[in-house]
Amino acid sequence: MSITVPKVRVPYLLLFPGFAFLFTFFILPIFNLAQTSTQSPIVGGDTAQYEQTFAFSNYINAFVENREQFGRSFVYATLATIFALAISYPLAYAIAFKSGKFKNILLVLVVAPFFTSFLLRTIAWKQILGEEGFLVPTLRNLHLLGQQTTITSTSVAVVAGMTYNFLPFMTLPLYASLERIDPRTIEASGDLYANAITTFRRVTLPLSLPGVVAGTLLTFIPAAGDYVNAAILGSPNTKMIGNVIESRYFKIVDYPTAAALSFTLMVAILILVTLYIRKAGTEELV
Amino acid sequence: MPGDAIGARGDLRLTRITKSYGDFTAVDDLTLTIPKGSFFALLGPSGCGKTTTLRMVAGLEEPTVGSIHLGDTDITTTRPYQRPINTVFQNYALFPHLTIFENIAFGLRRRGIKDVKEQVDKVLTLVELPHLAERKPTQLSGGQQQRIALARAIVNRPALLLLDEPLGALDLKLRRQMQIELKWIQREVGLTFVHVTHDQEEAMTMADTIAVMNEGKIEQMGTPAHLYDNPQTAFVANFLGQSNLIKGKISGNDGDNLVIDLFGQKISMPKARSHAIDNSLYAGIRPEKFRITRTGSAARGNTLTGGRIEDVSYIGVSTQYVVAMPWGQELMVFEQNDDGVPPFNKGEEVVISWEPDFTFGLRGDEDIEAGTEVSPEEIQE
Repeated sequence: MSITVPKVRVPYLLLFPGFAFLFTFFILPIFNLAQTSTQSPIVGGDTAQYEQTFAFSNYINAFVENREQFGRSFVYATLATIFALAISYPLAYAIAFKSGKFKNILLVLVVAPFFTSFLLRTIAWKQILGEEGFLVPTLRNLHLLGQQTTITSTSVAVVAGMTYNFLPFMTLPLYASLERIDPRTIEASGDLYANAITTFRRVTLPLSLPGVVAGTLLTFIPAAGDYVNAAILGSPNTKMIGNVIESRYFKIVDYPTAAALSFTLMVAILILVTLYIRKAGTEELV
Repeated sequence: MPGDAIGARGDLRLTRITKSYGDFTAVDDLTLTIPKGSFFALLGPSGCGKTTTLRMVAGLEEPTVGSIHLGDTDITTTRPYQRPINTVFQNYALFPHLTIFENIAFGLRRRGIKDVKEQVDKVLTLVELPHLAERKPTQLSGGQQQRIALARAIVNRPALLLLDEPLGALDLKLRRQMQIELKWIQREVGLTFVHVTHDQEEAMTMADTIAVMNEGKIEQMGTPAHLYDNPQTAFVANFLGQSNLIKGKISGNDGDNLVIDLFGQKISMPKARSHAIDNSLYAGIRPEKFRITRTGSAARGNTLTGGRIEDVSYIGVSTQYVVAMPWGQELMVFEQNDDGVPPFNKGEEVVISWEPDFTFGLRGDEDIEAGTEVSPEEIQE
C-alpha cells in the first residue's frame, strides 16, 4: 500500500520535524526566559522563589551592575575575532591556492581539535600557558617576560584561548570562499597591470568577503557569550558576561537577573551583527 | 630593465623556447616570429603546447629555456603586469564583484588613468553593448561576456592581444558571428592578435597566418590557403580538412614534374610540391579535387582506374563518395552537385581523375593517421 501526498504539502512535511524541534526547544524556552526576566522574589518566600511582577527594572539593574563585564565580553570577542582572522586568512589562502595534494590533509588538521572536547583543550591551554609549561620559562629566559609575570589568569590568556578555540570556525568559511575563486580571475588581474598587492586588494579580498563575514560572525557570536575560557584561563578580573550569567543561575540562583542578562546579550549581539552585515553589504556577492 | 617593457612595441619573437614540467616537454625548442599588426593563430589539438606558449607570452609561465622579445625588449622574465600584453581568457575570467564598466576600466585604473569614462564608453560601443555598463557579469549571456572580456583587454591598447580559445564556450551560430566580428575588430583597432584554438575552421576564418602545432613543435606555418593547399606533413594534411594519402614511389622526372608510381599507375605532380626526402612518398589529394567519371569515358589530368563506388552520401550541396581502389584503399571524393549529372550508384566502376597541380607529396615514412583521430570531443580542453 502506498501513501500519496499532494505535492504542495511536501515542503511543509519536510519542514515539520525541524520546526517542531525548534518550537519545543527554542521558541518555548525563549518565552519562558522572557517571562523569568521580569519576575521578582516572593516577599517572605524561600530562596529561588519568584513571582511575575513585570519588573522591567531588572534589565536596568542587571546592566548597570555588570557594565564592566559586558564591555569586557565585547572587547575580548572582538580581539579574538581579529586575531583569528589574522591567523586564518593566510592559512585558508595557503590551503586553497598553494597546498596542492596536501589540501585534504591540511583541512583535516584544521578540524582535528574537534576530536577532543572543548573543555579538555582549554584545560590543556592552562598547562601550556602555566608556570610549568615550556612557554613561560622560555620567554623569561629570553627576557621577553618579567621574572614575576605570569600569563595565566590574565586577559592575554583568555583572549589567546578564545582565539585558539574558535579558529576552525574562522578558517573553514574563509577556505570555502577562497577556494571558490576562479584562479583565472587572479591571473586576469595580473594581466591587467595589477601587481600582487593590488590583485589581493581589488580581486582576492573582495571575492573572499562572504567568507570573512561568515567567519567573523561564527567566531564573534560564540566568543561574546563564552564563559569557559574566562573561567579556566582567567581570574576574577577577567570575568565576562557569560561568567556572570553562569554564577547568577547556578550559584546565586538569581534567575530573573540571569534571564535579563541573557536577553540583553542576545539583543546586543543581534544589533551588532545586523549593523555589521549592513556595512559589509555582501548580499550582492553570491 | 623590466620596467621599460610596458612601452615595448613591435614584432613578437620567441627564440628557442622550451617548457618542461618534470619529464614532460610541453613546448619543444620553438622559434617563432609574429609580425606586428597580424592576426596570428596557433592551431593544434589538446596538449600540443599552444596554450603553454600563450601563457609564456602572457607571463603566466616562465620558459625553461629560451627567450621572448617584443620589438627589441626582452620580456622573458618580465612580470605579467609589466607587459604591454592583454589576454582574453578561455572562460572570460570577468571579475564577478565588479560592474561591466569597472571590469573594463580595471586595466586603465591600474595604470593610473583617472578619466576612464570616455575610453570605456568607446570600447563598449565597439562591442555593441553600451547599455550593459552597470550590470554584473553573471547577468550577461555567454556571448555578451565574451565581448566584455574582449573589450576589457583591447581598451588598454596592448602591443599584443592574446586570445585563449575565446569562442570555445559559445554555440556554433554565435561562434560564426563572433569570428567575423573579431576579425573586423582586429582591423578596426589595428592590434596584433595571437589566437589559440583547436578549431581549424575558426583559425582559417580569422587568421592571416596559422602555425599548426603538434607535440610542442610547429609542424607548419603559413596562410590558411597555403596550409590547406600544400601541407608539408601528414598531421597538417589531416588536421586541416581531410586528405587522401596514397603510398607511391618517385619513378622519374618530366621537366618540372615528378612521375609517381601509385600501385602500378603513373601520375605526375609538380616537383616543388613534394616534401619527400627519398624515392618513397605519399601522394596527397584533397577529396574535393577529385573528379569521378564512368569507366570508358574521357578523363583529364591524372587518372586512377579500377575504382568502385563503395558508399554514397548525398548532402545537398555536394555528394560524398567512398571509392574502393584495387589496392584495397578507400578514397574520399566530394563532388559538387552543380552539373546536372545524376549521382553515381553504389557498385559502379569508375575512374578518378584530378589536376596534377593539386597533388602534394609527403615523406614516405610519415604516419598517415597523424592528426586524424582527433575528434572535437577529445580536444575540448
